[in-house]
Amino acid sequence: MLAAFRCVIHRDLLLAARRSSDVLTVLLFFVIVVSLFPLGVGPDPALLRTIAPGVIWVAALLASMLALQRMFASDHADGTLEQMLLGATPLGMTVAAKVFAHWVISGLPLVLISPVLALQFDFPQEFLGVLALSLALGTPVLSLIGAIGAALTLGLRGGGALLSLLVLPLYVPVLIIGAGAAEAAVSGLGGKAQLLLLGALLAFAGAFAPWAAAAALRISSE
Amino acid sequence: MSGNINWFKYSSPQTFFPLAGRLASWFGTLAAIACAAGLYLGFFVAPTDAQQGEAYRIIFIHVPAAWMSMFLYLVMAFWAGLGLAFNTRLSGMMASAIAPTGALFTFLALWTGSLWGKPTWGTWWVWDARLTSELILLFLYFGFMALQAAIDDPRRADKAGAVLALVGVVNIPIIYFSVKWWNTLHQGASVSLTKAPTMAATMLTGMAVMAFGFWFYSIAAALMRARCIMLERERASDWAADYARGSA
Repeated sequence: MLAAFRCVIHRDLLLAARRSSDVLTVLLFFVIVVSLFPLGVGPDPALLRTIAPGVIWVAALLASMLALQRMFASDHADGTLEQMLLGATPLGMTVAAKVFAHWVISGLPLVLISPVLALQFDFPQEFLGVLALSLALGTPVLSLIGAIGAALTLGLRGGGALLSLLVLPLYVPVLIIGAGAAEAAVSGLGGKAQLLLLGALLAFAGAFAPWAAAAALRISSE
Repeated sequence: MSGNINWFKYSSPQTFFPLAGRLASWFGTLAAIACAAGLYLGFFVAPTDAQQGEAYRIIFIHVPAAWMSMFLYLVMAFWAGLGLAFNTRLSGMMASAIAPTGALFTFLALWTGSLWGKPTWGTWWVWDARLTSELILLFLYFGFMALQAAIDDPRRADKAGAVLALVGVVNIPIIYFSVKWWNTLHQGASVSLTKAPTMAATMLTGMAVMAFGFWFYSIAAALMRARCIMLERERASDWAADYARGSA
């Protein structure tokens, strides 16, 4: 079972490496959205410092959602997904592997580049770690919840807009707690409580979301 | 009755269709009576509030609507889960029949809340924990309905909607507590409904009667909608054709 898990991850990462422009598009989208905010609200450093965690988190939400559609779409199109449904490996396990690979492709780059973007917002340097850590714990939750939405909307018309309607309300707790971590750290409260809550959400979503997404995949490909 | 009731008798659209019609007219009548009585109590019997004046009277619609909006999501998820677990056709139909009524009450609660907020709080909208989670509840209803509308095959629509409704039910408490916590972190308690002075007995009675009125209305509306869904989906069957001929 673990061999299959590793195999799916390896395959998805290899596919992404062969088409690296897909990965870069999401990353560039994230960078551009974040850079738009100072242009919209004005360059006042005090204001930018306050809104930095929120802006980066909202942009991460949108970027992660943008990448969701690709999670199962190509496998669905070329028939690989049907083989995965028929295969001996529990479908939840396969989905978990695909979600992990998807996070490495679309979530991890955002985590790595977030400190640079935070510096653009004059965010205090000593709290960059908290911000990156909150994203590192939160973006996998986004991928896990998003997998359910991606599986439900597989092959439907108007998939992208529909997917955002389904998934964004469910992202709300992650956004609130994630953006709250860096804000609490800046205000001197310390972001530990939020980081622990994010960890709890990750454990909870990691345990249940793959199975819900697997059920949704079975429904979608009946 | 010999303790051997056939619980599944009414799980088939054919037998449930006439029963739903009878129940819908009964509950519709009850809803009209309860709403009329509740509105009379609310507008003519209940005393004017010492602090909020006449503006408070909107709570006779607002509070029961907010209760129903949350309760109906649970009922919807219950039917959806039942349909997913036992693969019964009628459960999925009930879930899709309830969703628009739930969305209606959620919208009503938000709208009347903002009408109440303007004279009382001086603003149409605050990012209060209750308001925000009610807004997200509205988005969840919209997501459920949009997903079902996007799928042509009704059985797949039922099942996909069921998964979404169940995921939503797990999320609602998480959303509520995260929003509540976010709110207290950001701006402190602005206005608290829970610490309001205790209500006069007539106000409470009026609100309870209105809640029953809305409840009966929801049952009647959901059953009427379920009847339409049943006819539409079973249009190939004999009983539906007979009904269509008889009423045409």
